[in-house]
Amino acid sequence: MMYIARWKLILSLLVTVVSFIFTAPNFLDRKTADSLPAWIPHQQVNLGLDLRGGAYLLIEVKVEDAIKDNLNSIVDSVRTALTGRTARIGYTNLGRIQNGVTVTIRNPDEVARAVQLLRDSEKGLSIDSEGQRITLKLTEETLRERRRALVEQAREIVRRRIDEQGLREADIQAQGASRILVQLPGIGDPEEIKRLIGKPAKMTFHLLNEAVSPQELATGRAPPATEFLPSDTDKLPDGRPVVYPVRTRVMVSGENLIDAQPTIEQGRPVVSFRFDTVGARRFADVTRRNVGKPFAIVLDKKVISAPVIREPILGGNGIISGNFTTESARELSVLLRSGALPAPLTFVEERTVGPGLGADSIRAGSIACAIAMIAVVAFMWLAYGLFGTFANLALVVNIAMIVGLLSLLQATLTLPGIAGIVLTIGMAVDANVLIYERMREEQRAGRTPISAMDAGFTRAFSTIFDTHITPLIGGVMLYFVGSGPVRGFAVTLAIGIITSLFSATMLTRLMAVYWMRRTRPKRLPL
Amino acid sequence: MRLIQLVPAGTKIGFMRVRNYALLFSTVVCLVSIVAAFVQGFNFGIDFRGGILIEIRTQGPADIAGLRTKLNGLGLGEVQLQGFGRPDDVLIRIQRQEGSEAAQNQAVEKVRATLGTAVEYRRVESVGPKVSGELIQSGVYATLVALLAIMVYIWFRFEWQFGVGATIATVHDVISMIGLFSIFQLEFDLTTVAAVLTIAGYSVNDTVVVYDRLRENLRKYKSMPLEQLIDLSINETLSRTILTSTTTLLAVLALFFFGGPVIHGFSLAMIWGIVFGTYSSIYVASPMLVHFKLRRGNFADEAEQKQTASP
Repeated sequence: MMYIARWKLILSLLVTVVSFIFTAPNFLDRKTADSLPAWIPHQQVNLGLDLRGGAYLLIEVKVEDAIKDNLNSIVDSVRTALTGRTARIGYTNLGRIQNGVTVTIRNPDEVARAVQLLRDSEKGLSIDSEGQRITLKLTEETLRERRRALVEQAREIVRRRIDEQGLREADIQAQGASRILVQLPGIGDPEEIKRLIGKPAKMTFHLLNEAVSPQELATGRAPPATEFLPSDTDKLPDGRPVVYPVRTRVMVSGENLIDAQPTIEQGRPVVSFRFDTVGARRFADVTRRNVGKPFAIVLDKKVISAPVIREPILGGNGIISGNFTTESARELSVLLRSGALPAPLTFVEERTVGPGLGADSIRAGSIACAIAMIAVVAFMWLAYGLFGTFANLALVVNIAMIVGLLSLLQATLTLPGIAGIVLTIGMAVDANVLIYERMREEQRAGRTPISAMDAGFTRAFSTIFDTHITPLIGGVMLYFVGSGPVRGFAVTLAIGIITSLFSATMLTRLMAVYWMRRTRPKRLPL
Repeated sequence: MRLIQLVPAGTKIGFMRVRNYALLFSTVVCLVSIVAAFVQGFNFGIDFRGGILIEIRTQGPADIAGLRTKLNGLGLGEVQLQGFGRPDDVLIRIQRQEGSEAAQNQAVEKVRATLGTAVEYRRVESVGPKVSGELIQSGVYATLVALLAIMVYIWFRFEWQFGVGATIATVHDVISMIGLFSIFQLEFDLTTVAAVLTIAGYSVNDTVVVYDRLRENLRKYKSMPLEQLIDLSINETLSRTILTSTTTLLAVLALFFFGGPVIHGFSLAMIWGIVFGTYSSIYVASPMLVHFKLRRGNFADEAEQKQTASP
């Protein structure tokens, strides 16, 4: 008992020293810590949004909406394929079904030809026929792949839009199958950013249908292949937005844009843009054929500008001059550069903490920690005297280990996380209590100090182990269910349980043994 | 220095004598809790109910009545306002908005527009119906799995009677905690689940200490009646039970009084859980063993085999 293996001693001292080294940077201010050379531990505890202030946004990608759109376009292409000049196949009941499209061929003899035709035109679909009815289904694999790609794409676009705002510390990650988690430290009012993130930003260029008379426009009933779209900013004298008869056919779409920048032209803010080669060619073709005619630039079903084509635009560069302010021109260029969202987004959960509350929480958490520490330390000293002091020293090392580990792992410390540390302060000494009570008992039963101490440490250990496992089970469960702050509680609780197992047994034992060797007491002072 | 001893050496309290009263008390508490949970339900926080929570700090003392009139005019359904810690802090709760999640976001924007920039937004939380449903589900799921895992662990370490006894004691603590939240209509949110899970682990902790000693004593005193043996084991570990509960309680009390209003509910749940968990490990977990007729045979056999193996 009085002998402690050298490796245990060295390991214990090493762990203690290393813990303090990793804890130390937290006492420096951030700038000083960051300026330390790389080989010195300089990481600080990563404060959660509830402590440093910031916005936590959980976004759902409405994948099914995008897939529905996709099915609609399949419906269109089936129609084109069947009515094509060479095909001319009669059909009815063409429409969308769950994850697919169905169509009924009028003439049973033409079913085989129709299936062949559709197989050629629609790749990646499983095509079956039953009697005269043909179903085209997105295969499970295609669906899964498409969903994954949609979320990934949406995440990338959200990232670009946030990056463009210069929020360097933002954290954007995929969560689950169809969600994106955005964490924005330091943002107290996320409405602006939410608006920016949520914009579909689908931009298209269309010709206007000049055959539509103002009377027709007033009825609101659009002729075929035309859509009545409101202006984004222009209003009629009565306050209603100006409406344009826009041809549904897309001349060029925003997908072909490669750059957009806000600039000033003739003293007004405008957005200049550049097409890629395909877009430039298409734009040149259309503008060449339609000089003198008006066209519309449509963003998310709203006309932002409807200029007249004065001359063919051949270079692929252009300018959008809507009613922009400097700010809205900048915003539009950001949206155009980052691209259109592949599917609509909704914000399903939002938690924003202002810097004031965050600072208050840190202060309250620290005070609670300090008071818990003082109370427990005082209590342990009153109850166990010198041995209580051993436990208290081990407790200090334990806290250093928790903070050091949090810094090293860059785990996030939240307010419930601080609660976890406070709780650890109370529970960590449990192992010592178990050991000391056992020692008292054994001494009372007539054992010598050395043998009582030995019995205390060895016999209590299996109990200590059991008592540490069960809260750990609770902590691990919590980690998996908890979101954000609550997860932080699970992390500190679990770390605290593991570190206290080391500090309360190994370290106290070390101290007790060295003290025994030096003083050789007749009785344990318990 | 004279050390304080909360429980003097040689304490002999006849815990088992009153075990039937304790059992009655526990049964009543659990029944009342369950009835309250079904009849009265819970005051779910926005984590589980969905909705909007906004904490603002006004310049100067808050005019709650004025704010209420303003916000009620927005047509967002039920709007609750209450003071929160300081005279200039106000907590605004708005019911979950009908329709899509978008309606929820619009409601937040409306409130921000109405209150303007003169107030400090300390906290804005908005949880849509979809997420709140998932959070309930995963909370219930986690609690059940945690209980099961703890039971399996105890079962693995002890006889099955111990596993069941520890689980009943833990379930008892969980039910009474849930009852506390229902009866007093305290706000039940994610941090409450955190408290419940922590207490589930903590309560077993106490139980395990008593069980460990009981198992040791079963081998040591072979002819002592079970009830007397349980009393002895509880008394022997009582000092530790009280001391550990005290240090943990000290820490949680610090959290309750100084940790700020955000974790008030959490610390309250913890305080209750620690007190009740300590009670249950003495009065619920151990008497269960008598009810399950823990056979002494297993332990006696083991000891005898050891003796015969080394003549």
